[in-house]
Amino acid sequence: MLKFVLKRLIGAIPVLWIIATLTFFMIRLAPGGPFDQDKNLPPDIMKNIEAKYHLDEPLPQQYTRYMKSLLRLDLGPSFKYANRTVNDIIAAAFPVSAELALWALMFALLVGVGAGTVASLHPGTWKDHSAMGLAMAGVCTPNFVLGPVLVLVFSLWLGWLPVAGWYGAADRILPAITLGAIYAAYVARLTRGGMLEILRQDFIRTARAKGLPESQVIIRHAFRGGLLPTVTFLGPAIAGIVTGSLVVELIFDIPGLGRFFVQSALNRDYTMVMGTALFYAVLIIFMNILVDIAYACLDPRVRYD
Amino acid sequence: MIERGESLWMDARRRLFQNRAAVFGLAVVCVLVALAIFTPYLAPYDYDRQDLALGAAAPSAAHPFGTDSLGRDLLTRMLYGSRISLLVGFLATLVSMGIGVTYGAVSGYLGGRTDGILMRTVDILYALPFIFFVIILMVYFGRSLVNLFIALGCIQWLTMARIVRGQVISLKQKEFVEAAVAMGVSTPSIVFRHLVPNVLGPIIVYATLTVPTVMLEEAFISFLGLGVQPPMSSWGLLMSDGVKHLELEPWLILFPGFFLSLTLFSLNFLGDGLRDALDPRYRSD
Repeated sequence: MLKFVLKRLIGAIPVLWIIATLTFFMIRLAPGGPFDQDKNLPPDIMKNIEAKYHLDEPLPQQYTRYMKSLLRLDLGPSFKYANRTVNDIIAAAFPVSAELALWALMFALLVGVGAGTVASLHPGTWKDHSAMGLAMAGVCTPNFVLGPVLVLVFSLWLGWLPVAGWYGAADRILPAITLGAIYAAYVARLTRGGMLEILRQDFIRTARAKGLPESQVIIRHAFRGGLLPTVTFLGPAIAGIVTGSLVVELIFDIPGLGRFFVQSALNRDYTMVMGTALFYAVLIIFMNILVDIAYACLDPRVRYD
Repeated sequence: MIERGESLWMDARRRLFQNRAAVFGLAVVCVLVALAIFTPYLAPYDYDRQDLALGAAAPSAAHPFGTDSLGRDLLTRMLYGSRISLLVGFLATLVSMGIGVTYGAVSGYLGGRTDGILMRTVDILYALPFIFFVIILMVYFGRSLVNLFIALGCIQWLTMARIVRGQVISLKQKEFVEAAVAMGVSTPSIVFRHLVPNVLGPIIVYATLTVPTVMLEEAFISFLGLGVQPPMSSWGLLMSDGVKHLELEPWLILFPGFFLSLTLFSLNFLGDGLRDALDPRYRSD
């Protein structure tokens, strides 16, 4: 087990190095710089600014400098937010994004597993058809369509929920649903498929025959195998939720990291863009490792090597 | 009576047309493509014609889908937008097919250490959050249409490569490949003339499913303001405009949103139907 985790962690190192290198060169080789918009700056001041951020050094030197600071887990100063480091900004904004992602994931799992299980227990009935119809609609509705429509209906027409912002509990509902809906739909389809497969097995018939209550049969016996496809999907789902939060944070005006990323991409804030992309990559890679571990725990057939 | 043999393609067509959801998807896609092609003749106005005096007006006889805050006809802008969205969808899929098929076929046919290195690279690339790279590419290399579909195509070929590689590995043991080798056919020719045409089924299926993915990504990028730029129009761009005017002009989000979802829905149905029709495991024999 420990060996498996270590192996995955070591395997992540070259991936991170590739990402760091790619982002570095893609951004440095592109035309235009972060201070181009401040056209009125006299050349002396421009020189000073460039010297401060080491933009006047030759490229290889900038590259080694950046890589060295990465080893110290230092993502450097932001070019646009004066006197703030990228680490500061991520530390301030990421908890917001993480909370949003967590709510979205919880929504996706609760609704998805619930609907999928109900559908699998009554295949071919109206329960199955309506759950799967909704799931199909969910899969094909992007979050930037769903979000505005939800705001329109529940905030503007019905007036039940706030339009935007990130203050109270009511502010969490619509963004979480918007971000989680598509994954709830996928999870429902996967759960239904996995459960249908498992419910046919002999050991389920045995469990029922020995008189276990249906809830016990499902939760203790069927879920362990029936939810495996869902667990496998968690990796891509987490990556998708992280990406999707870029749009959801814009729609609902949430002060999370996604909004900072889009803003700094538009502002050519080199270090911010690189730092955030790298941070997201690390996040997604480690989440995938966690998912793999969870999968190995659930399915004894999976070997650790 | 001699029963006529049925080719894979005829069998597949029959199965496809038995699938009602797939036929619906196919019909919607055909209509959309026709509308997109004939847009210049169908659109009631110019896509950038403004009517500032009119401003944002609700749907009416003159403007069936309403107008935006600059008085531009939404139906017209959606028609022109569908051209961009579909064009990006199909071209980016072609780019991804080109890369993925070549990569997968070469890797599968050569095998051995080359295959190991190539597929390990794919595994590594799979772990990257690619949409961030598209965003970076769009920001730093200009927000042009060409950059957009190249960038999107470049991130979508991984699964295609894996599928083609798997198929090629199972095919390359067959006698016709052996015969080609014995006849001295060159390796590129074996890969592209003999192997690739035999994997066309899975390639088509996966390409059909790539089109909606790419269209979705185009809409995503344009929604963030990093893709197609005004006064051009695409569905993602129209929606990002609609979100800003959500309260007073809801039609600006409802129409583009509905049609984007409908298109994605249809393409997915069509892709699923094609997969069921072309997957030999489901064939009736």
